[in-house]
Amino acid sequence: MCLAVPGQIQSLVESPDGPSTARVIFGGMTMDVSLAFTPEAKVGDYVIVHAGCAIAMLHEAEALETLEAFRALGEGLARAEPS
Amino acid sequence: MTTSRDFRQPALVKHLTEAIAQRVTRPWTLMEVCGGQTHSLLRYGIDRLLPPGVELLHGPGCPVCVTPSEGIDRAIALALTPKTIMTSFGDMLRVRGSTTDLLSARAQGGDVRALLSPLDALRIAEEHPEKDVVFFAVGFETTAPSTAIAVSEAKRRKIHNFSLLVRHVRVAPAMEALLLDPLARMDGFLAAGHVATVMGTQAIDQLANRHQIPIVVTGFEPIDLLGGIYQCLSYLEEGRYGVSNAYPRAVKEEGNIPAQTLIKEVFDVIDLPWRGLGLIPAGGYRLSPRYRDYDAEIRFSLGPAKEDAESACRSGDVLRGIIKPDLCPAFGTSCTPEHPLGATMVSGEGACAAYFHYRGSSPAPTRASS
Repeated sequence: MCLAVPGQIQSLVESPDGPSTARVIFGGMTMDVSLAFTPEAKVGDYVIVHAGCAIAMLHEAEALETLEAFRALGEGLARAEPS
Repeated sequence: MTTSRDFRQPALVKHLTEAIAQRVTRPWTLMEVCGGQTHSLLRYGIDRLLPPGVELLHGPGCPVCVTPSEGIDRAIALALTPKTIMTSFGDMLRVRGSTTDLLSARAQGGDVRALLSPLDALRIAEEHPEKDVVFFAVGFETTAPSTAIAVSEAKRRKIHNFSLLVRHVRVAPAMEALLLDPLARMDGFLAAGHVATVMGTQAIDQLANRHQIPIVVTGFEPIDLLGGIYQCLSYLEEGRYGVSNAYPRAVKEEGNIPAQTLIKEVFDVIDLPWRGLGLIPAGGYRLSPRYRDYDAEIRFSLGPAKEDAESACRSGDVLRGIIKPDLCPAFGTSCTPEHPLGATMVSGEGACAAYFHYRGSSPAPTRASS
């Protein structure tokens, strides 16, 4: 129930009455999701969806930075190891 | 775009595992408070990659598991009320209240439906104006925004045959209660990444400072988990405390402001009993007076809630991190996912279910109980 999953916004769904909605694809499965809490989200963006609402956007720059930081950490230790 | 696969790279997993082994000089105990993380840790065997002495405790990270049984009893009573459609998340339908569960209420003729979102319940209410549609709203701060938007839409669109039975819970007060427990033995927390996407890091900042412990906001993939564990252990090894964000691609310090704003408008903070943990001060939400017309407990005049009865199951000790699931004498014997004694075995996110699925059904008689 609580397992939020990342998906990509495929298209925006017309909803004249109420908060905007997007069609989001999760590895082949699509679902209509409320963008009430991520109004800035656009087609192509990745969002974390929970109980029918996008609760966060996934940011590419931070994802790359995290991977880089963790990778550097491993490399640093590898260099520090006695040969 | 970076994908989940990038956060599962075996080479980076190996790097981080080695880094952790080199970083650690003495035993440490960490607790995660998120059922999704518990499952990832067990599914990928992350706990087995850690050096001896680094122990992971699985806290009360499954909202279905901590929903008080009196709430389930009320949902069952509403499900059996004529002209009512009772809706909730699928997991919630299988958890027993004091005597039975919502699926049994369906077998008795109640209209009980499993949904993915409270917004679906609102749609059913529009389609069935002749019925009263109730959504049994449970979950952490991750789910509360969806409940909040559903009820605010109901009010805005004047959909009067929709109401909520609210048992939403708040994670930070439960972490505080765990820290105040004399039996508590965690040195640091891995905080639930998705709760932090909504609430930000302010509440856990205060907690970390008050109790002088490290709390690391952590994601869900193997590399996220190992990175979070590394950061938490680094704080401990250096004798530091505070909050660190190891999941910055999703979590911003301030959290999700529109979601927090709507939560504040729709809900009031209350003291709430958590199943297995007892009363948690400021541990839950109820609908604020301005939404009282949508409160099922008022609409159906349910009266004051009863206290939960004691149970023989040790899920309370599992949720507090006092024992691991396989140290419970009932684990895998009288308690299985098919015949669960406690909610931690029922829910797909419960720690007992995770141990049963990924570690087999045998109890662990050789390991010492703490």
